[in-house]
Amino acid sequence: MEYVNIIILALLVNNVVLAQFLGICPFLGVSGKVSTSLGMGAAVVFVMALANLVTYLIQNYMLVPLKVEFMQTITFILVIAFLVQVVEIILKKSAPSLYQALGIYLPLITTNCAVLGIAILAIQKEYSLVESVVYSSATAVGFTFALILMAGIREQLELLDMPKGMKGFPLTLIIAGLLSMAFMGFAGLV
Amino acid sequence: MAKLESSLMNMVLSLFVISLVMAAALGFVYNITKEPIAEAIKAKEVNAIKEVLPPFDNDPVSTITDIEGLSFYKATMGGEIVGYAAKTYTDKGYSGRFDLMVGFLPDGTINKTVVLQQKETPGLGNNILQPKFSDQFKNINIANLNDQLLSVKKDGGTIDAISAATISSRAYCDGIQKAYNAFITNYVNKPTDSVDMNTGDSESDVLSDTTTNAESKESKGGRK
Amino acid sequence: MKNMKFFTEGLIRSNPTFVLVLGTCPTLAVTTAAINGIGMGAATTFVLVCSNLLIAALKNFIPDKVRIAAFILIIASFVTVVDLVMKAFTPDLYNTLGIFIPLIVVNCIILGRAEAFAQKNKVLPAILDGLGMGIGFTLAITLLASIRELLGNGSIFDIKLVGDNVSTILLFILPPGAFITYGYLIAIMNRLKSRFSS
Repeated sequence: MEYVNIIILALLVNNVVLAQFLGICPFLGVSGKVSTSLGMGAAVVFVMALANLVTYLIQNYMLVPLKVEFMQTITFILVIAFLVQVVEIILKKSAPSLYQALGIYLPLITTNCAVLGIAILAIQKEYSLVESVVYSSATAVGFTFALILMAGIREQLELLDMPKGMKGFPLTLIIAGLLSMAFMGFAGLV
Repeated sequence: MAKLESSLMNMVLSLFVISLVMAAALGFVYNITKEPIAEAIKAKEVNAIKEVLPPFDNDPVSTITDIEGLSFYKATMGGEIVGYAAKTYTDKGYSGRFDLMVGFLPDGTINKTVVLQQKETPGLGNNILQPKFSDQFKNINIANLNDQLLSVKKDGGTIDAISAATISSRAYCDGIQKAYNAFITNYVNKPTDSVDMNTGDSESDVLSDTTTNAESKESKGGRK
Repeated sequence: MKNMKFFTEGLIRSNPTFVLVLGTCPTLAVTTAAINGIGMGAATTFVLVCSNLLIAALKNFIPDKVRIAAFILIIASFVTVVDLVMKAFTPDLYNTLGIFIPLIVVNCIILGRAEAFAQKNKVLPAILDGLGMGIGFTLAITLLASIRELLGNGSIFDIKLVGDNVSTILLFILPPGAFITYGYLIAIMNRLKSRFSS
């Protein structure tokens, strides 16, 4: 039941993009097409779950015993950057087809604040290892969900005639606002 | 000067030197800010305790006792106990956990409650900060209280929930309930006169009182 | 005089928030009250100026292939400094900004300026560039935050501007309000830009 709660909260109620404002950059940048959104989403799910696993271990077996919790930010960001590189190299060597699908999105993930943000939040919420991984995976799926919704809407709007100033970011942001309003309806689900 | 080449040696060396210097700088800043951070946290707690209890003259933070995962503080005025403050929390908030401070008078009456930190929705859930809501808990006495009372009216209690923010209101009740349950079992429903002994070592309590407050030491000495 | 150009560039023409649309996460997240905008802006400006300064000074000592790693290391250190200092001296603001303080690390404005400007320029222009970008960012998010606070709460910098019986538009304080206000502000900036350039 705990896990179901965590999943529903992370996926819908506290949607990472629409309610917590993490990972806005890729949300605005990569949400042009449904297919690219799927690729980006898959890469984020993969990296986020892995990053939470590793940062949990680092926090509890390195930073806390050494009493240097204030080094959290700097260690986590380096680990995430390193992890992305390693994943990229491994995928390139062992699964070229997967690499072709996800490859171009991987470098972008280092500066996706959702990955670092969720890693820190999971520590703050004092989740266990399993909870942390469940939480991050659900969050990443929520991210993908928001991205695909947005891409679907934007594909339709491409053909629309609209004021020049509204094209691009302004329109995307206002649609995001409406989506966010819709997601507020999930409040109280848990 | 020409740019360093990207040889393995150079790369490792430059990164190593940068990390070393940065780590040293951070250690330095950490040491400088350690005191103020601890003080800021303490000041916040002391302020909250002051707000929920009648005037006192000891250092309640040094009397901290851990009961059922909550922190209890004892406040004394001239050696007499004027009340207990409990730092409690709830996980049931709309945006997750929030922390509360509850003040109990020695006879078990709730004196006042305040929110220590919260992330509830501005304009809706964060109306729990309004006195109109939190003052409802004032003067509720544990002696004539059953489990029903510390909940919103919807759940059969006496508290008026904030309209459109029942979740936050329920969570607030939940946090207060936790504190009072712990308070009842550990302070009120104890063998006689244990109200002024908390579950911690009473020796060390006296000691900390005397070390932190000369006045209370004097009055204690006078009584003896 | 030439140096002034580096400073004013970030203020208006390449404003990171309205023109480059970088660092959107804190822009949307912390702008529920004007004071948060100032706090977040000041913290970001500090990190931006310091990292620009150090990167410009060290540019010859950092081999090309590891430059991003070195930049991240430098930026993360300054963010930790800000984190500790704010925790110590402005604990209330620190609590409100919460997770977005450590997340200054991944604010694309900072890494973007390091990569695009600081590593190619001398120390003084790098500082001015950082200052201009930082202040541009601060002004922009404070504007956004003031609008949201005014519409959603009827106040600016906690000063009540409407009567108690006037109901405000709560939506603007909530997440949807952030997206919508920011969207309209960029649209207005686009309109102004096209008017001035034609």
